[in-house]
Amino acid sequence: MKLTADQVKKVAKLANLPLTIEEEEKYSEQLSAILEYVDQLNQVDTSGVEPTFNVTGLNNVIREDETAAGLSREEALSDASKTKDSMFETKGVFDE
Amino acid sequence: MSDITKLTLIETIEALEKKEFSEEELNKAYFERITKLNPKLNAYLEIEKNSCGIPAAIKDVISTKGIKTTAGSKILSNYIPQYNATVIDKLSEQNISIIGKTNCDEFAMGGSGENSAYGPTKNPWDLNKITGGSSSGSAAAVAADLCVFSLGSDTGGSIRQPASLCGVVGLKPTYGRVSRYGLFHMASSFDSIGPITKSVEDAALVLDWISGADGHDSNCFLKASPRRAARGRLAKIGVPKEYFAEGLDPKVKIVIEQAIKKLEELGAEIIEISLPHSQYALAAYYIIVPSEVSSNMGRFDGIRFGSERGDFGPEVQRRIMLGTYALSAGYYDEYYVKAAKVRTLIKQDFEKAFTECDVIVGPVSPTTAWNLGEKIDDPLKMYLSDICTISANLAGIPGLSVPCGFSDGLPVGLQILGKQWDEETILDVGEAYEQATDWKKEKPKI
Repeated sequence: MKLTADQVKKVAKLANLPLTIEEEEKYSEQLSAILEYVDQLNQVDTSGVEPTFNVTGLNNVIREDETAAGLSREEALSDASKTKDSMFETKGVFDE
Repeated sequence: MSDITKLTLIETIEALEKKEFSEEELNKAYFERITKLNPKLNAYLEIEKNSCGIPAAIKDVISTKGIKTTAGSKILSNYIPQYNATVIDKLSEQNISIIGKTNCDEFAMGGSGENSAYGPTKNPWDLNKITGGSSSGSAAAVAADLCVFSLGSDTGGSIRQPASLCGVVGLKPTYGRVSRYGLFHMASSFDSIGPITKSVEDAALVLDWISGADGHDSNCFLKASPRRAARGRLAKIGVPKEYFAEGLDPKVKIVIEQAIKKLEELGAEIIEISLPHSQYALAAYYIIVPSEVSSNMGRFDGIRFGSERGDFGPEVQRRIMLGTYALSAGYYDEYYVKAAKVRTLIKQDFEKAFTECDVIVGPVSPTTAWNLGEKIDDPLKMYLSDICTISANLAGIPGLSVPCGFSDGLPVGLQILGKQWDEETILDVGEAYEQATDWKKEKPKI
């Protein structure tokens, strides 16, 4: 499976990664080599095999719904790059 | 006492009880050694000066309240967590103090330690070689006696492989044995926290301390069995022919074969087994793991903490891209579900093998530590060095790396894999081997 530069661009957009043209070219080559290697999975007969998504086999683990102290506002904001009026400040969503 | 930093964890605890030295002297000895040697090794990213407790080093993907935690990434260069990982709280109950945060591949993605934004860790046995990864600093710090023990994390071999390449003991517990709360998620159905230590007995003790449910990790519910006296019985040992196939360095192969012979001399019964789907493990791994990575890395948006996504290093970007592609419309069944089905077959290989034997042994890494820079531009070649360790993560079983000799002056580790939830038997076999050999006494000359 060869990944074209256009596909790389599309995937980078989906993944919200700002890539340079050089990076796009490099990843197109490297990811294609990895996907080519991964293609050998098609040699395995998996008919009738269930997929494994979790090895513990646990399902719907629940706990008592109890309240507990969380982070204070000050703690929660302590690593934010920008805050305003004791809130996280973000870029506008609808500006673009 | 001059050799204070050479002592194992158990020996350190005994010496403290006998008042051979104080906790303050212990911390001072390690701190001085770190100050002297860390500039050469780059094992630590943060160093703490303490006067009490037993000093342990913590991989920088594990959250430590008030101590900068970067995950080896530029994106978290100023991140100071507001809470402790469960393992950190559990260790502090045992009088363990944090002497520093150790270098690692960015967000634990890598097999050499070179993907850290803060420069590679150097192998204490040869400063021109890589340490292995991703728990590069945690392995180097134990090998160079810069801490009593350390914690690492293992998603595809990141504890066992650097432990092997640095000549120390590394234990990847069964998936779900140790709470992942506070560990930076890489691939959530694989990630395990475990100890890197100077002896097998130490690994068993640390596992006992850090394991068990905490209510913050719904996959974690069992406490490890407390350590009892070694049973003196050696298990039935399976040797998978697939782990000795093409790609295994002939010199490493000889060392591993000698170790297996030693186990036989000690009374173990050795049988040949087959794990027929081993050859597909790497391909399945490099679909499922990047898929989980791409989802987990979505949280880094530079708003609540950290900088912007352009600051991710190349390996993290590659995995996000690969995972995003594998999960995108039209490819989900072809890649992700297919790989998850192959994962089932790999798990079943182990289940079948363990009806014939108690543990499985083989190499941890197909080669010894390679030169810095050697594989950095060829991701596939780098991934192939994980070939012996990733199956255990796909199946969720425990694995131990125990030093078993040298090849051209560089350490080789013996891998001992066990049944799900059966760390006890692999620790037994590892300890029997360790006690019958002198590898533990070998120290790098730095």
